Amino acid sequence: MAADLPGLGSSAAQVIPPARRRFRRPSAKIIAGLGILAFFVLMAIIGPMAAPYDPSAIGPDMLAPPSAAHLLGTTQTGQDVLSQLLDGAGPTLIVGFAAGAIATALSVVVGVSAGYFGGVAEEGLSLLANIFLVIPALPLLVVLTGFLHSTSNLAIAIVIAVTGWAWGARVLRAQTLAVRRQDYVASARAAGERAWRIILLEILPNEVAIAATSFLFTVVVAILTDAYLIYLGLGPINTWSWGSMLYWVQNNEAFTSGAWWWYVPPGLCIALLGTGLALVNFGIDEFINPRLRAGGLSRRSVRRASKSHGLTLVLRPDGVRDDGTLTPVRARPAGTRR
Amino acid sequence: MRFIARRLGFYIVAAWAAITMNFFIPRLMPGNPVELLIARLQGRITPQGVHAIAVAYGLETKASLLSQYGAYWVHLFQGNFGLSITYYPTPVTSVIATALPWTLVLVGLSTIIAFVIGTLLGVLAAWRRGSWLETAVPATTFFQAVPYFWIGLLAITVFGVALGWFPSSGGYAQGMTISLSGAFIGSAVYHAVLPAFTIVVTSMAGWLIGMRNMMVTTLGEDYVLTAQAKGLAERRVMLTYAARNAILPNIASFALALSFVVSGSILVEVVFSYPGIGYVLFQAVENEDYPLMEGIFLIITLAVLLANLLADMLYIVLDPRTRQEG
Repeated sequence: MAADLPGLGSSAAQVIPPARRRFRRPSAKIIAGLGILAFFVLMAIIGPMAAPYDPSAIGPDMLAPPSAAHLLGTTQTGQDVLSQLLDGAGPTLIVGFAAGAIATALSVVVGVSAGYFGGVAEEGLSLLANIFLVIPALPLLVVLTGFLHSTSNLAIAIVIAVTGWAWGARVLRAQTLAVRRQDYVASARAAGERAWRIILLEILPNEVAIAATSFLFTVVVAILTDAYLIYLGLGPINTWSWGSMLYWVQNNEAFTSGAWWWYVPPGLCIALLGTGLALVNFGIDEFINPRLRAGGLSRRSVRRASKSHGLTLVLRPDGVRDDGTLTPVRARPAGTRR
Repeated sequence: MRFIARRLGFYIVAAWAAITMNFFIPRLMPGNPVELLIARLQGRITPQGVHAIAVAYGLETKASLLSQYGAYWVHLFQGNFGLSITYYPTPVTSVIATALPWTLVLVGLSTIIAFVIGTLLGVLAAWRRGSWLETAVPATTFFQAVPYFWIGLLAITVFGVALGWFPSSGGYAQGMTISLSGAFIGSAVYHAVLPAFTIVVTSMAGWLIGMRNMMVTTLGEDYVLTAQAKGLAERRVMLTYAARNAILPNIASFALALSFVVSGSILVEVVFSYPGIGYVLFQAVENEDYPLMEGIFLIITLAVLLANLLADMLYIVLDPRTRQEG
């Protein structure tokens, strides 16, 4: 599943007119995000082998702070925190990405068919998506998993996906509505193309970037939700994951004894992984909407852009700020010249 | 007005959907969880209690699903959610009634504070392009990705245990009786500082990023340029021209954000043993207290739907286009 991610850049480029592609280098955000992601994927793959101890083995050193023997210290029962962290990466990532993939598949099906077919189907599917958006996810998940007796990682992933597809469906529906009005879709329909061919070949390629951001967003939410559910004791607490580590912290009230080495690493890993995914998302967003880039354009890049693209850049009267950066009001091609 | 009527209709449908899901989930789950629960409850609570649960979930009477559904609605309108197993034999409604005010005040106030601070920072980040504030925006994603309860754990470690500035658990000082006296309210506020801080810190980033992105788009509009050309004061252009238009999507996405905030806050209450709905939900989970779990799900959902309705009303005040329709 993680293998899909590096492909994002090239597929997203399809929505960018070729003339502007010269500007595009992968942004620092995407590189940083993918770097973080690669680190955690690697950790998930080699983690169990690299773990110095059996994560469940009880040792004599109880609640020991980090030392040479235990790089991240030990738990209440003398288990090695680093080994638990390495062992727990896999299940955490698998639940996140599996839930993200299932939810994105659901939202593509619902969103695209609602946007394309219109009419009663659209009304019904939008209503369904909007209902799932307003119902708070965690209490619903608690009820669902509370009654579900086999709380395997797969079951958790499915339950998270079932409650988490609505946002993506709404965004994709809006995009499908916009794409459907394009001339080339109309001409494909006039030429008698079948609906599924138009959807697969004409519409979906224009939604890859949006589906990707919705996927990454859902993965972040899924990883957090997984941690929440396990922390509440509703997930698999006896297999190691970052969520179950935090569950045992809560269970032993380690935070009142100041055993920071026990609960800082798993939470930090969740947050960093989420940050990595969000950074990639940021990068894709800015790719679709270049205005969002921080700092606007610097004086030099404005000049460079003007020269190389024949653009007339209008600088706002207040454009020169204390820090010397310029705020371009808009960059428009002069005439139709490129 | 048509806009309000449409939204109201939607929330009624959403409430119906939530209530119906609440009815069907325990009855359609594989492995018949209710029968398992009853088997476990033998000896833990009185035989009458076991019987009451069996009746509530339709095991005794073997009634059809449809007539059970009808009875369920009748019970709902009577405010009868069954008896809690954790606090047996207290009714679920009274357990929720004692916990709800704590959550409403804590989560409500922290959400409003986070929304105001986050939105204002978002406006500033977009207005001062290239300033330190804007370069710090990607860093705030860290707070969006962090589990709420983990920030709570850190807050306890730093401000509760190490510095000892604020109490790290409970809603008021031990031994105090709940009253509206100044001393009690003071103690409650003192205990609410760390949980509120946790919710504000973690939920602020979402508002900030959303507002900043919309603000950047709005600043490119012609009417902002016109306002500046007219020589209007900077602050007026920023707040009345740009921010007022940019805030609309932020309010429209309130529903999605609120769902996250509420979910996160439930966990924050667990960390701080705060006497609200979230902590009660945690105890319900630990004791497999299905009636209490279902009751809390319904109450939280209805509260969130109500909050969304209020956000829609605010939207009407801010966006004249919605008023024109009707």
